[in-house]
Amino acid sequence: MSDQLTPAAPEAAKPDPADDGGKPRPRLTGKVIIEAILEGSPVVITILAVFMALVISALLIVFSDNNVLHAWGDFFSAPGAALALTWHSIATAYSALFEGAIFSPATIGAAFHGGSIAAIFYPLSLTAFEATPLILTGLSVAIAFRAGLFNIGASGQFVGGACVAAWIGFAVHLPVVIHIVACVLGALVGGAILGWVVGELKARTGAHEVIITIMLNYVMYNLLNFLLSSTNFLQQPGQSNQIAPPIQQNAIFPHVGGPPPQANVGFLVALAAVAGVAWLLSRSTIGFEFRTVGANPRAARSAGMSVERSWALVMLISGGLAGLAASTIIQGGGPPPPLNPNTYGTYGFDGITVALLGRARPVGVLLAGLLFGALQAGGTVMQAATNPQVPVDIVEVIQGLIVLFVAAPPLIRAIFRLRAARGTGMEAVAKGWNG
Amino acid sequence: MTTLVAPIRQSFTLNRDSLAAGFFVLLGAIEIAVFGVFAHAGHATFQLSISGSGTQIPDIKVPAALVCYVVGGLSVVIGFWRGIAEPSPRLKRLAIGTVITFFLAALLCWADAGNQTAVNLISLVQQSFTASIPLVFGALAGCMCERSGVINIAIEGQLLVGAFTGAIIASAIGSLWIGLISSSIAAGLLGLLLAVFAITFLVDQIILGVVLNVLALGITGFLYDRLMVPNANLNAGNSFSAVKLPLLGNIPIIGPIFFDSTIFLYIAYILIIVIQIGLFSTRWGLRVRAVGEHPTAADTLGLRVLWIRYRNVVLGGMVAGIGGAFLTIGSVGFFNKDISSGFGFIALAAMIFGRWTPLGSVAAALLFGVADSLAIVLSSLNVPIPSNFLLMTPYLATIVAVVGLVGKVRAPAADGKPYVKA
Repeated sequence: MSDQLTPAAPEAAKPDPADDGGKPRPRLTGKVIIEAILEGSPVVITILAVFMALVISALLIVFSDNNVLHAWGDFFSAPGAALALTWHSIATAYSALFEGAIFSPATIGAAFHGGSIAAIFYPLSLTAFEATPLILTGLSVAIAFRAGLFNIGASGQFVGGACVAAWIGFAVHLPVVIHIVACVLGALVGGAILGWVVGELKARTGAHEVIITIMLNYVMYNLLNFLLSSTNFLQQPGQSNQIAPPIQQNAIFPHVGGPPPQANVGFLVALAAVAGVAWLLSRSTIGFEFRTVGANPRAARSAGMSVERSWALVMLISGGLAGLAASTIIQGGGPPPPLNPNTYGTYGFDGITVALLGRARPVGVLLAGLLFGALQAGGTVMQAATNPQVPVDIVEVIQGLIVLFVAAPPLIRAIFRLRAARGTGMEAVAKGWNG
Repeated sequence: MTTLVAPIRQSFTLNRDSLAAGFFVLLGAIEIAVFGVFAHAGHATFQLSISGSGTQIPDIKVPAALVCYVVGGLSVVIGFWRGIAEPSPRLKRLAIGTVITFFLAALLCWADAGNQTAVNLISLVQQSFTASIPLVFGALAGCMCERSGVINIAIEGQLLVGAFTGAIIASAIGSLWIGLISSSIAAGLLGLLLAVFAITFLVDQIILGVVLNVLALGITGFLYDRLMVPNANLNAGNSFSAVKLPLLGNIPIIGPIFFDSTIFLYIAYILIIVIQIGLFSTRWGLRVRAVGEHPTAADTLGLRVLWIRYRNVVLGGMVAGIGGAFLTIGSVGFFNKDISSGFGFIALAAMIFGRWTPLGSVAAALLFGVADSLAIVLSSLNVPIPSNFLLMTPYLATIVAVVGLVGKVRAPAADGKPYVKA
């Protein structure tokens, strides 16, 4: 701890520089790339974080495998067998993960022998399907993050959107395209209202948004349970389970290829949302205000911006995006089944990890959403392909580890002996309950 | 420095005292106009002893509507008194407690009026206690961490890890006590992880807590499927049985409620007292609070800020781990994926609702436990109040509290701010 030699404090104290500010980008020469690697630029840190997460998860897979443990017990009599089994255990799991998420060489061989060509693209289609809600909840968290707010309530806002979308989906009769649009808009409004409530409460009373959103999540879960236990509201008539009627065919998103899950129009909605948020943040006045408020609320106030209005507005948009995520699940054509108490799953909290990995930038969120979607899609395949089963929960572990490492660049730098660099963003946001 | 409830737009200018008074009067009015008027004719019956054990006390039969009118009237009177007089803080708390108890009494009378089945008050309170045990441990863990200035949103994850470790170790080794100790240690290790990243690597503590929760959910879910599902003997389902304290356990009414439970309730008593006294009446507590309120000043006076924070976060994790163990080896015995199902977040709410004090958190946790067990009792009486609305009340109450309608809720000043030596 030699504070005199390396002043570490300015790195932590430096505010997140507003990106896309007019400074010219250095050209991507070899020297620049090497420099970036040595200094641990954000991209390099992210790649190393993914690598570390995969390594630790591999250890977890190996050391929970009875066969491998037995082989290690006989290490001194048969060292080769232990190593081979260890390698086999990891390789089977991760290659199944890859084949389930990106593509499987077997399908190419099959296509030559008269199999379907669509099967080659099925893993990618599945990845896009899984990534769709993650991108949207990720954007929801990210845009609030840029305005300095931490939206843990994407889960509750998701429920709000899901209820409205499901209700419009089964109870209202509309022509094909209009019905789809109505459902999507309904979900948007459902989520946006909840988000706006949070923003408005924060603006009017200063109450911490994290506390309000956590509490609203549970209020919404209970509300969902209530609505699903009465046929007057969302429960399917003649059902004793808490489940809504399936939505009408007119309201289901068209999708590519065979039966769902497959990439569908929801993915286009997500891409449009990425483009919209990117435009909003970097090109519009409102977005500029959001970023200013996020970087320094006091400066924003003295510049004549209404911090409170920005909070309410950004939460409105954030909630709307979480609601949209719900519409992509409800209108995805199933599986999963119609709205039920498990529909919200972990989308809201996964959105937080997606936003953090994407460093709260729209394109970053898109990439992070695709990565986690791929893990999700591959994880399901991996679970089926391995023996003893590698449960799909490992995906959650990988996600958590990735974000943990991304959030602590000094740790990654220490592990890989990288030089300390200038501020890389994430360290700057630490703030307490008291704002 | 803005505080948690600092009004930014001055639109809530309502006086807190008149608000509280109005709230009391409103509850009284509900008791009279809803519960009293709409109560079925007849008596409400309450049992005060558990059948087949201990001293039997005859059931109490009360005229339901009359009780509702009386407690309603009393609540209104207390409300007016609260609005006119300026009571001391102790009396204010007493008034809140009384009015809430009255409301619950009226609710139960209304629910049970003319009903054949009696409401067993003893088992109702027992269930409330049982429901609040994990919340109590979680909230105490939160107090430990946040008083020293580290936000702990990972309570949920610590409960989950504690629950898993307790179940698997107790099953593998065959000793519940070792299971309990190891769940405390495992959750303490998760606390250490929180401490390392929050204190040493200066990661935002709210982000960190969320990520640790994801991690805990993933790891326990993974190991459950990987280890427990194939080997049922690793999830054997043993659990602590109730221990009735000699003498104390035989006292009518009080005995079965307070002194006839699993070891976890007794550990909770001890920890509540130790942490409350420790934080507010010892040198250790003064130092912890100094570090949580103003680390720079504490550092100037020679306190080792980072060490104190590390210690508290790890200890907090260990406390949460005991609460986690309760979820498996303290009650159902078996571990299941996501068995903590949000208890950690309710504990967080209880801690905030209790204003970052151990006793306040425990009171809040109890209130949440009552809401939980009332939901069960009322649905068994076929009352037309959906149980989900009862289950919702703790969360709504917390929102109301942080929004600033009921008293001032303020976090320790340096809560969540990493300390970097200048």
